[in-house]
Amino acid sequence: MRASGPFLFRAMGDVGGTILVVVLLAAAILVPILNGLPSSSPFFLSNYVVSLFGKYLCFALLALSVDLVWGFSGILSLGHGAFFALGGYAMGMHMMREIGTRGVYGNALLPDFMVFLNWKELPWYWYGFDSFGFAVLMAVLVPGALAFVFGWFAFRSRVTGVYLSIITQALTFALMLAFFRNDFGFGGNNGLTDFKDILGYSLQAQSTRTTLFAASAIALALGYILCRFLVQSRFGRVLIAVRDAESRTRFLGYRVEHYKLFAFVVSAMLAGIAGALYVPQVGIINPREFAPANSIEIVIWVAVGGRGTLWGAALGAVLVNYAKTYFTGALPDAWLYMLGALFVGVTLFLPKGVGGTTQAVIAKLWHARTPKASVAQPQAGVAE
Amino acid sequence: MGLRQLRYTEVRELSTSLTPLPGRVGPPQPGAWERRFYPFEQLPPASLATPMVHAILIQALGRLGVAAALCAALLTSPASAQDAVPNANVAELVQALATGPDFTTKIQATQSLATTGDPRLVPILQALLDGNLYARKADKLVVIAKEQGGVLTLTDPLEDKQIGQAPAADFERATVNNRLRTVLQTALGALQLAHPDAIRRKASADALFKTPSLEMIEPLKIALTHEANAGAKRSLAIALAATELQFAATNDVRTRAVATLAVYADPNVRAYLSGRIGGIAAGAPAEEQELKAAMVIAVAEIERRLANWRILGNILQGISLGSVLMLAAIGLAITFGVMGIINMAHGEMVMLGAYTTYVVQMAFRQYLPEGLDYAVLVAIPAAFAVSGLVGIAMERGVIRFLYGRPLETLLATWGISLILQQAVRSIFGPTNMQVTSPPWMSGAIDIAGGVVVTYNRIWIVVFALLVFGGLILIQRRSFFGLQMRAVTQNRRMARSMGIRSGWVDALTFGLGSGIAGMAGVALSQIDNVSPNLGQSYIVDSFMVVVFGGVGNLWGTLVGAFGLGIVNKFLEPYAGAVLGKILVLVAIVLFIQWRPRGMFALKGRAVEV
Repeated sequence: MRASGPFLFRAMGDVGGTILVVVLLAAAILVPILNGLPSSSPFFLSNYVVSLFGKYLCFALLALSVDLVWGFSGILSLGHGAFFALGGYAMGMHMMREIGTRGVYGNALLPDFMVFLNWKELPWYWYGFDSFGFAVLMAVLVPGALAFVFGWFAFRSRVTGVYLSIITQALTFALMLAFFRNDFGFGGNNGLTDFKDILGYSLQAQSTRTTLFAASAIALALGYILCRFLVQSRFGRVLIAVRDAESRTRFLGYRVEHYKLFAFVVSAMLAGIAGALYVPQVGIINPREFAPANSIEIVIWVAVGGRGTLWGAALGAVLVNYAKTYFTGALPDAWLYMLGALFVGVTLFLPKGVGGTTQAVIAKLWHARTPKASVAQPQAGVAE
Repeated sequence: MGLRQLRYTEVRELSTSLTPLPGRVGPPQPGAWERRFYPFEQLPPASLATPMVHAILIQALGRLGVAAALCAALLTSPASAQDAVPNANVAELVQALATGPDFTTKIQATQSLATTGDPRLVPILQALLDGNLYARKADKLVVIAKEQGGVLTLTDPLEDKQIGQAPAADFERATVNNRLRTVLQTALGALQLAHPDAIRRKASADALFKTPSLEMIEPLKIALTHEANAGAKRSLAIALAATELQFAATNDVRTRAVATLAVYADPNVRAYLSGRIGGIAAGAPAEEQELKAAMVIAVAEIERRLANWRILGNILQGISLGSVLMLAAIGLAITFGVMGIINMAHGEMVMLGAYTTYVVQMAFRQYLPEGLDYAVLVAIPAAFAVSGLVGIAMERGVIRFLYGRPLETLLATWGISLILQQAVRSIFGPTNMQVTSPPWMSGAIDIAGGVVVTYNRIWIVVFALLVFGGLILIQRRSFFGLQMRAVTQNRRMARSMGIRSGWVDALTFGLGSGIAGMAGVALSQIDNVSPNLGQSYIVDSFMVVVFGGVGNLWGTLVGAFGLGIVNKFLEPYAGAVLGKILVLVAIVLFIQWRPRGMFALKGRAVEV
């Protein structure tokens, strides 16, 4: 499975992944510099572009996490938006606590919406979110724990295929309804917003924005390397076996549910990190992030980019979201047609996505020189 | 009919015991029905309710101590039922109401008028009470009038039609005093309690329950003994008991009234009793305390009865929700069951059906307005055709290339759903469309104990069961159903038997989508017709199918009604949203326990 070629390619796994990591690291260094240039300079990057691409990178990390479960273990999760949103809420809660007395009501103890709802004290589940470290930990652990409990039940009972997809959808739908409630203690309909600063740095400041961008780029690069490591390891081989023939793998003596559960939990944690990075950059988190439609949209990013390629998923997220930003501005009515056509077109005509197709082309070219190379990616149409 | 006949015997009985009364007139126009039933001239032409009013009024006024005055009026009056020129007589009395020299005359006129039982008199007496009865200074013409800015809008009191406007200065308002007011109120109540229309009688009894008055005890008692309509009788009994509880002199009567009230499971009665309990202070005399204890027991009793009714109400609401869920889910059950694919655009098929209903209704309004009431019946096959054809096009155009790849199918159909939604939004706009229910579907039945069922809900339950029955028939009895089942059970074997599985797939998908379209017709009657209509049902539909078990229509039936009823039972305790969350969580847990649903198809197949 391991790609051959020059040293760097061997170390990173494949060409696309190498390019992704290099681009990300370069961006993490260059973007703050370019953003700091005078605005007359031809290389100047505006704040708008920085925060836009910062957002895309969070989506890319989210897509990566979906690709880990969908592309490599055959679990089509239609509820990954829930893990993303939970991570976002954890970070949002911390930033709500950071506001302190600068809120509209100036209450040092309670966030504005609680004062508004006439609450007298902080609910127990808000304890500890004063600390940044605790919030980050929760942004990882809460989605992970939810994924563990959910996955433990689901995989143990051998709920697979579309059934699993539907109950993950039910999960995020239920969470959406719950978070819409005011008495749930997370700001209800309006969610959490009006953030002021993070770790003492104002969210409006240019330097904070570029730092968040760099953090997102680095997180995506690290996430990619982690996933790459996982799928290249012995563990990853079993995962692919589960994807392609679950029963056969089970008959061979592997505890299929353990492998799936581990991948699912890691994926949920990555989604949680993506959410935690996303919220400071957009400045709001509300229950609409849990909407089932959002979760399905994540899947189409992965499908466009190429399922089972990891770097393709990240690329797909950026491509689709860039198109979304562009077309919702230029042709607002046309965007839903295009998104719909994208779903149909990709599944019908481009089952390997952009990434998979590119990989296949590169592999073919490489094959001409060294006949050993092969590519790890799902064969569409084989036992799902 | 029996009801009227009974009344007629009462009439005979009563009229023999009564002196002929003044101003006894026939109803304005005896209905065709009465003419059919009493074809002979010698039968009393008077309103059937009339003698009842006599009885009510005589006894009521007796209580008031003015019976003597009434009797005097009766005896001195020249007219009798047979030789009266009714309208002239009534007109005379109305004249006296407005221009009578003193209040005694007016009171007598009121009492005489009340005994006629003529419902036309209600607005006149009401006008007098409200100070809207006038007489023209010049010629004493009596009118009902509304004053606005010194100008009167005149209405002829007996003909009930507008007769123009005139300056207020030309008219004199008919005066009333307190004694007359009391008599007027009693007369009005009695007139309304004797109204030929049972709904009106019930309404006036309900009004008396809300504002009980001492004078109405006797009229209520008499009306109660003569009442034959169950609903009106119930209201009369409640009103009487409430009036007695409030005004009766002896504690005995009041305790009995409380016991009577305890029988009626009605939220209004409970509220009334609770109010009375609150009105009795802790330091009240022992008699009052006894009464209070009785009322507390009565409230508890009503509470218990109401709780039982609420259970029935929840079940009915659950059945209603279940029928909606079933309509939305059953098409999905077919497509998923037979082809094993998840159609995420299923909700949009429902939406297309709802929009078809809208279009059909608009077409009727435009070209065939007299048939508008039955537009919804035309919309059913139209919606089936529209959604079914779109479904077949989807299957032939996209889905058949994705067989064996359920997850890809899911994504592609989701894409189609986005396109359909946006298309509808482009054509009809993003706002809700107005679909009106035909008159035969509107209205409601008030069962009892605060349980109300609307007719459109009942029709939807009936429709859902018809659709279900039809589908079962198609599946079990038709050749197409046989092929469908063969493909479901073993596609390759079916193919080798010569079944064109591709066509079966396309038709099955068309059938499932068409049924979704018919569900849209039903939903358009109770929900907003908007581009998002389908999306709000898609998650619920999936839950029903997954809960019930794939490929089993009975499972879908049980799943839909089960979820509907459970949802409605949870709602009062947990609230609508939390109830829904609980149901979702329960289903997620249920799937862990039975991954293939409640009624899974048994088989030996294993995925390799």
